[in-house]
Amino acid sequence: MSIDVTTDLQHAVEDAAAHLYVWALKDIPQDLRDALRAAAARETSVPGRRVLSTILRNVEVADDDGNLVCQDTGIAVYTCRVGERFPLHPARIYEALRDGTARATIEHPLRSNAVHTITRENTGPNVGHRLPIVHWEFVKDWDGLDVKCVPKGSGSENMSFLKMCVPADGVKGIKQFVLESIVGSGGKPCPPGIVGVGIGGTRNADPIVAQLEDGLMGLLNETGIGPMGLGGDVTVLNCHIEHADTHMTLNPVAVNYQCWAARRATAHVAADGTVDFDREA
Amino acid sequence: MATHEVTFPIGDEQEILKLRAGDEVVVQGHIIGIRDRTQIRIFDQGVEPPMDLRGAFLLHTAPGVRKLSEGRYEKVCIGTTTSARMVRFTEPLGAQYGVRAICGKGGFPDEAIEPMRKLGMVYFAIVGGAAALETTQIEEIEEVAWEELMPECLWKFRVKDFGPLTVGIDAHGNSLYHDVQTAAQAKLKELYARL
Repeated sequence: MSIDVTTDLQHAVEDAAAHLYVWALKDIPQDLRDALRAAAARETSVPGRRVLSTILRNVEVADDDGNLVCQDTGIAVYTCRVGERFPLHPARIYEALRDGTARATIEHPLRSNAVHTITRENTGPNVGHRLPIVHWEFVKDWDGLDVKCVPKGSGSENMSFLKMCVPADGVKGIKQFVLESIVGSGGKPCPPGIVGVGIGGTRNADPIVAQLEDGLMGLLNETGIGPMGLGGDVTVLNCHIEHADTHMTLNPVAVNYQCWAARRATAHVAADGTVDFDREA
Repeated sequence: MATHEVTFPIGDEQEILKLRAGDEVVVQGHIIGIRDRTQIRIFDQGVEPPMDLRGAFLLHTAPGVRKLSEGRYEKVCIGTTTSARMVRFTEPLGAQYGVRAICGKGGFPDEAIEPMRKLGMVYFAIVGGAAALETTQIEEIEEVAWEELMPECLWKFRVKDFGPLTVGIDAHGNSLYHDVQTAAQAKLKELYARL
């Protein structure tokens, strides 16, 4: 009996993954739509306004035609919050996510981007060694599973940078590196996007770090890179920092860029296999 | 900043020379899809492309397609990739094959400015990520060559009202990317001083 339940649950997670991957690629969340509309309202450069109005038109066309927002179907990245009493082991959850990703790629069909890192030969329908990528979080006293799919395109992923600043560089060194990275990226990562900065570990409620997020976002928008790097007021939509405490001799800073098409979709899976889909989570 | 409609392939160089960095352009006619592996085959492996590229508009793309029958494909989702990786092919595309326009996202670095000026070529900036709209502007996939490079084949698309594109680099030595980057580097000095 328990084997049947587990298998059904594995199928439910596989179905959810197949649905989430395609849904995320087609229907971007409301907060992002609002941010793009606000960007279009405040942009003053002529090419910048042209870009933003085209982006808004594109989102509507994707809705109307049921088509993908962007042709780059990316690497399928999932984040899983697994309750300690969820009756399917993470090994099986991973298998379900992998199978769902492959099925969506074949059935839709979606462009398959996965290649061996050295031979560059395609490794399968958006699956391969350690693909898709899954980030795990485990939650005690809970029997549910939340799966979020965040397909990540290569245009913005290629604009990732790491620098080992020294402690004497301080916060100023962190700010300089973020600014230098985004200005150097120009139009390549499809601005205006969302800048992720890692100076360590987990998402923070730390007011000192929150202040750095706000400060950096203001500075980045002063650079004038603008939509698609054609010049303008809106270079980034947001800036998020994750931090962890570090060694007294270290001051590492990493920058990762998310393009304007910040696609995501979530499924809440109950222990009995009931699935609720959620675009906004 | 003017607005133009241009039909490709073009025969008259004036069609290119009238375009200025920052202008808006809508394209009609036929365009050629090309990407990294396609150009590596032409220039690094010395294989002649089986399509006429004279006066052509090249699009940096690897389209999502559905196969209908031998050599026939229909569009699923066609968008544009980052151009900067392919800048080294600019001069030979113009000098050896007479290409007049290259379209992509994110722009070309400054090394494209001089060959484009010398050879009468332009770089068109499309809106990266706006593939749903771009797909509606591609009427048909008329030809495909080098299918074994799928999806980095040589594609011939018939387009209608393709755009809006922005002239990123013109044939007179002007580049929006150069100007934006120069201004941003100057601004950075000012921002660093305030940190």
